[in-house]
Amino acid sequence: MPKLLLAALGVALLAVLSLFVGATDLSPAALFSSGPESEAMRVMLASRIPRTAAVLLSGMAMGVSGMIMQMLVRNRFVEPGTAGTVESASLGILVVTLLAPGIDLFVKMLVAALFALSGTALFLAILRRIPLRSVLMVPLVGLMLSGIFESVTTFFAYRYDLLQSLNAWIVGDFSGVLRGRYELLWFALALTGAAYLAADRFTVAGMGRDFTTGLGLNYRRVVSFGLIIVSMVTAAVVVTVGTIPFLGLIVPNLVSMTVGDNVRRAVPWVAVVGAGFVLVCDLIGRTVRYPYEIPVGTVVGVVGSALFLYLLLRKDSSLG
Amino acid sequence: MARFRKPSPRQVLLLLALACLAVIAAFMTVGAKGSWGFILSFRGAKIAVMVVVAYSIAVSTVLFQTVTNNRILTPAIMGFDSLYVLIQSGMVFLLGSSGIVSVDPRLRFAAEIAVMVAFSVLLYGSLFAGGRRSLHLLILAGIVFGIFFHSLSTFLQRLIDPAEFAFLQDRFFASFNLVRPDLLVTAVVIVAVVTLVAWRIMHSFDVLALGRDRAINLGVDHRRMVTIILMLVAILVSVSTALVGPITFFGLLVANLAYLVMPSGKHRHILPAAILLAIICLVGGQMILERVFGFDGNLRIVIEFLGGITFIALLLRGTAR
Repeated sequence: MPKLLLAALGVALLAVLSLFVGATDLSPAALFSSGPESEAMRVMLASRIPRTAAVLLSGMAMGVSGMIMQMLVRNRFVEPGTAGTVESASLGILVVTLLAPGIDLFVKMLVAALFALSGTALFLAILRRIPLRSVLMVPLVGLMLSGIFESVTTFFAYRYDLLQSLNAWIVGDFSGVLRGRYELLWFALALTGAAYLAADRFTVAGMGRDFTTGLGLNYRRVVSFGLIIVSMVTAAVVVTVGTIPFLGLIVPNLVSMTVGDNVRRAVPWVAVVGAGFVLVCDLIGRTVRYPYEIPVGTVVGVVGSALFLYLLLRKDSSLG
Repeated sequence: MARFRKPSPRQVLLLLALACLAVIAAFMTVGAKGSWGFILSFRGAKIAVMVVVAYSIAVSTVLFQTVTNNRILTPAIMGFDSLYVLIQSGMVFLLGSSGIVSVDPRLRFAAEIAVMVAFSVLLYGSLFAGGRRSLHLLILAGIVFGIFFHSLSTFLQRLIDPAEFAFLQDRFFASFNLVRPDLLVTAVVIVAVVTLVAWRIMHSFDVLALGRDRAINLGVDHRRMVTIILMLVAILVSVSTALVGPITFFGLLVANLAYLVMPSGKHRHILPAAILLAIICLVGGQMILERVFGFDGNLRIVIEFLGGITFIALLLRGTAR
């Protein structure tokens, strides 16, 4: 436990640092010497604190979502981005934007979650029909299915001249996060907490239908519960900040390499490491081309795919 | 009523060639209004680009599948296209926008191809030669390499001054909407040279297709052949990506169509069939989208959609051994 506390403390320190990085110059001294109504205080409350909170929350939520999926499908390479979840959520957002542009963000998220759920269910249906269950077939099919969803989204975006704005939504980016625009992520955190409480059931469900039923659990219900949580969390993150590629894949894998596979122990670690990882990537994106920003999705895309390659091509990986 | 016989490879090729000519003629003439001289030259340039791209993609895919000895891996799926775009972005990033404009585009193209060949032989050579890896691992690693290269080039492009980025994107990163005809002549010359080299070693392809061990038994210097073919593939991918940008699944579609319609498995039949099919699909698809649906530049999206479905179907059928 003390190690986990240390890690959490490190992330907290980074978060404080992140409060003072940005285009407007803010120093701690200026903040405390000025009154509560000053410009510095306003920037802090309306932009910096919400942004940092959004980074931490999405990192936690996406990391834990990836972990739930990996437990349910019993495959190390599954996460919302390699199971069609993210892309079908994006398609849902596009559909809502076309049909009801001014609709409430929460409704938007619910529609996106419905789409995400259907997309993921389709993915699982395809998986059941696969003749040879190679470990790597699962992410392969998922990536291809994501590509198909993506091409449908692009097609309609192109048709209705939304391609520019679509790209702006899809790439994960925290620069637009302001107070009043990110609160859905607290909802995602609540869902993540529910997932933590049900973690052991997901492990059991991963053992298969018969095993689960033998222990007196309703298999269908557990799997549906897990998928609903993952879809809601993904939809909330995609609606608020956009996609953060491979996060749900890398963080649980790195944690399981160091901490092991005990779910109860691993979930807090995944939450802390996920939050820290996104925070570091966001800080890189904010500082490397100061005062311009590089979207966090791009930074995570580089680091994430590099780590994914490392996981695949490791010498001792038992993948053949 | 004559008894239906299986057509010979020659008959199939003849039919494909006729269909190809018909599609090109239709593209040149359908819906033409106004001055013929302008239309023919304008559409002629488009056709020329599409033919070069179709040729490059078809040949590179079939050769790549011969080397890797399966029908589901293609250079584009393995991330070759993204590697080329990354090299382009890297050049623009290193030289800066003022520097890059002053360099002759042909010279830059040649430099890009040289870097591309070096990198792809190093990277993919080690991926295919390094012990026996499972096919699924290769495909997945290839896809993730592609994503990695793509993210890295986006990152580099973001590092370039944002104010100049739009200008650079139009100048240096091609897509179906922003075809770059300035490279067309260079591209034709390069493709012709590649074709000559491939023609000289055509006899080895059929032996290679039997698989690594048999090919070595039959006296093929396997490692050398793989290196040569990887070089040719890298050059062809550079040409097609430089002209119209990356298209992930087009090669997979035409190569598998060629295996389907061709009654023979010999490369002197398969290669021309794949080339003709690629031209028919590209020109025909572009024509249908432009004239019938009034879209422009949407062909890539349609190809990605169909290609993705084909890929999943091939995976489910277990073609990927």
